Amino acid sequence: MLGYLIRRLLSALFAIWVVITVTFIFMHLIPGGPFQTEKAIPEAIKENIEARYKLDQPLHFQYLDYLGNVVRGDLGPSYKYRGQTVNDIIAERFPVSLQLGLLTFIIAIVLGVGAGIIAALYQGRAPDYITMFFSTIGISVPSFILGTLLMYVFAFRLGLLPAAMWGTPQHIIMPAVALAGLPTAFIARLTRSSMLDVLNQDYMRTALAKGLPRLRMIWVHAVKNAIIPVITYSGPLLAAILTGSFIVENIFAVPGLGKHFVTSIYNRDYTVILGLTIFYSILLIGLNMFVDFAYTLVDPRIKLMGSKE
Amino acid sequence: MKKLTFALLVMLIGLALIAGGCGGDGGTTDGGTTDGGEEAGGEEMVFRYNVGTEPETMDVHLSTGIPEATIMLQIYEGLTRLNEEGLPELALAESVDVSDDGLVYTFTLRDGLVWSNGEPLTAEDFEKSWKRALSPELAADYAYMLWYIKGAEAYNSGEGSADDVMVEALDEKTLQVTLEAPTSFFMSLVAFKTYYPLYQPAVEADPEGWHTSADTIVGNGPFKMVSWAQGQMEFVPNENYYDADAVILDRMIFTMVENESTELTMFETGEIDMTHTVPGQEIPRLEQTGELHILPYLGTYYYIFQIEKPPLDDINVRKALTLAIDREAIVENVTQGGQLPAYAYVPYGIPEPDGVDFREKGGDYFAPDVEEAQRLLAEAGYPGGEGFPSVEILYNTSEMHKMIAEAIQEMWKQNLGIENVTLTNQEWGVYLNTRDEGDFQIARAGWIGDYLDPYTFLDMWMTGSGNNNSRFSNEDYDNLLREVRMTDDDVARMEMMHQLEEILMEEMPICPIYYYTDPIMIKDYVKGYVNIAIGGKDFKAAYIEK
Repeated sequence: MLGYLIRRLLSALFAIWVVITVTFIFMHLIPGGPFQTEKAIPEAIKENIEARYKLDQPLHFQYLDYLGNVVRGDLGPSYKYRGQTVNDIIAERFPVSLQLGLLTFIIAIVLGVGAGIIAALYQGRAPDYITMFFSTIGISVPSFILGTLLMYVFAFRLGLLPAAMWGTPQHIIMPAVALAGLPTAFIARLTRSSMLDVLNQDYMRTALAKGLPRLRMIWVHAVKNAIIPVITYSGPLLAAILTGSFIVENIFAVPGLGKHFVTSIYNRDYTVILGLTIFYSILLIGLNMFVDFAYTLVDPRIKLMGSKE
Repeated sequence: MKKLTFALLVMLIGLALIAGGCGGDGGTTDGGTTDGGEEAGGEEMVFRYNVGTEPETMDVHLSTGIPEATIMLQIYEGLTRLNEEGLPELALAESVDVSDDGLVYTFTLRDGLVWSNGEPLTAEDFEKSWKRALSPELAADYAYMLWYIKGAEAYNSGEGSADDVMVEALDEKTLQVTLEAPTSFFMSLVAFKTYYPLYQPAVEADPEGWHTSADTIVGNGPFKMVSWAQGQMEFVPNENYYDADAVILDRMIFTMVENESTELTMFETGEIDMTHTVPGQEIPRLEQTGELHILPYLGTYYYIFQIEKPPLDDINVRKALTLAIDREAIVENVTQGGQLPAYAYVPYGIPEPDGVDFREKGGDYFAPDVEEAQRLLAEAGYPGGEGFPSVEILYNTSEMHKMIAEAIQEMWKQNLGIENVTLTNQEWGVYLNTRDEGDFQIARAGWIGDYLDPYTFLDMWMTGSGNNNSRFSNEDYDNLLREVRMTDDDVARMEMMHQLEEILMEEMPICPIYYYTDPIMIKDYVKGYVNIAIGGKDFKAAYIEK
């Protein structure tokens, strides 16, 4: 078990190093730089700025310097948001994205799995068609349409919720629902098809023949087996959702992290691009590892590689 | 057992969510009525403005953006403050004495000035602040706004020392500044944010991060910032401001909503009282509401001709292309934001010493004239557009720039018979790079004045200037620019700038298209605000009258 863990950690570190290096190279290949403005600034001032941020050094030096800082946990200063470090930006904005993301995740799992189970149990009948109808809509309607629609109805027409901004529980509802639309629909379909697989298994018939109560049969024998693909999906889903969505944050003026994933590239804010990429990679790799462990909890047949006892 | 673990997992996630939801800084922004005691009985007068974006920095010396300028205008003040006409009025300075040669300015500060924390504000604060803005280590973009001061450029370029910068606190109340050359707009310059004083102990305590929190920002303006969190800033009047009686509002809330449609919805649901912009396609509808205000904005939208690239090296081609554009049609049908068609380069809004607008005095330099355009094109060797080489219009990716370029493409085709005009869009950073490298034929551009003087528009076309993407080079122009810089005769100076513009419009390295405006939504009950055409809004004397 310990050996497995160490091997996983080492490969994760290697993956992050690759991500940093590739991002670093691509980022510097884009024309332009962080201190380019429409209003040209005098050469002397440009030199001051480059000296201050060590951009006048050769690239390989910048790269090594950056790696050294990352090892020490310092993601460097933002070039665009002067006075703030990348660590500051993450520390300030990640909690917002985390709150919104977790609520979105819970909505998606609860509604998605619930709807999927119902659809599978009533296969070919009205509840199945209704849930699958909505899940098709959920998959095809993008979050910004759903978000705009929600805002129009609940803020503009009905005046029940504030249109945008952050800080109270009312503010979290619309962005969470807008974000949850797609994963809920996807999870519902995933759950439905894997439930159907399980329900057709022989051991289900055996359980039925044994006279197990229906509810117990579904919960203990069917759902636990059918949930595996959902768990697989939830690792990357969580990583994506927790780091925020540019579009939904933009529509609802949520001060989350998603905005910076996009704007840092427009701004050529090198340190922010790299810092957020690293942050996202760590989250993604970490959650995928967590998912692998979660399998063993749900399904004892699954053993982690190399953890033979 | 396994079921229990699973249930535990779900519970943990739920707990984390709840903990996240209640913890931390959630409480700071919601103190709506904490200060209500001040106005016992009366309703609190709150003004809500959407400033439109998260400030890039609140360090007044590092900042370059207009949203920040608006925020800073509420909490800081310089030696002067601009009024509605954009003219400087004495602010922290009580009086100023200018030497006969226009080089030495001696400012006397008002009595008893204090910072928002009650500490005294002295001439030394100005001296130290300006030298900080110039220090090469700070590396401020806008440090060049201070280069008018003798010794400033040398120090900022790492060639001189701070001691040689000719700004000196003679005593607590007297600040003496010696300029490199007479600068008639220096009184406007000192109203600019790069010239604001900073509270030195706060800056010294945390040179990098003092401006990142409402707790450590110490200002000297009509308001003070009490909180800044979660995309929102809150201000209350600064009771230590020398003119505190003029401040009427009890509280101001600035939101940072970037999405224009969301902002408009918030305006319509009454969550904000003033927007920072409006979505272009909504303007025709919003005009009916009576709440749409088209405010002046000191800027020009134009196309740059890269004059080293054929066929644009031919002045007749440049003129033909310029004359063949129907600007009325563009502002009425495409941009629709009340923009004014531009038949010259410097926009409206800059008063001359006699009070007449620079643009009105200068008048138009050309008029739309398709026949003349066709004649010029024929003279250049392309009668009816025949044999005209392909040209490309470059713009940064945006729906509006695209529609304008398409309209112009069509006008050139209709009016001149030029068939092979192509459009290319590039992402902002790439586009700036292409422009700097001169790797284009025609490029869209816009220029917003830094200060209220035609010079801010004209000096960029100097030979070799970093902003001169047209690669225009004209000896007379360069010489005249130098003379404008050296003269201390305000009237002659304006006359020279008219001549500069004439050269520019004669040579046509650029093709003006329209003068910008600033269309925003304002509730009828908002009064007393001041719009500053070079960017920024002043709410010092704003009030709500419901």
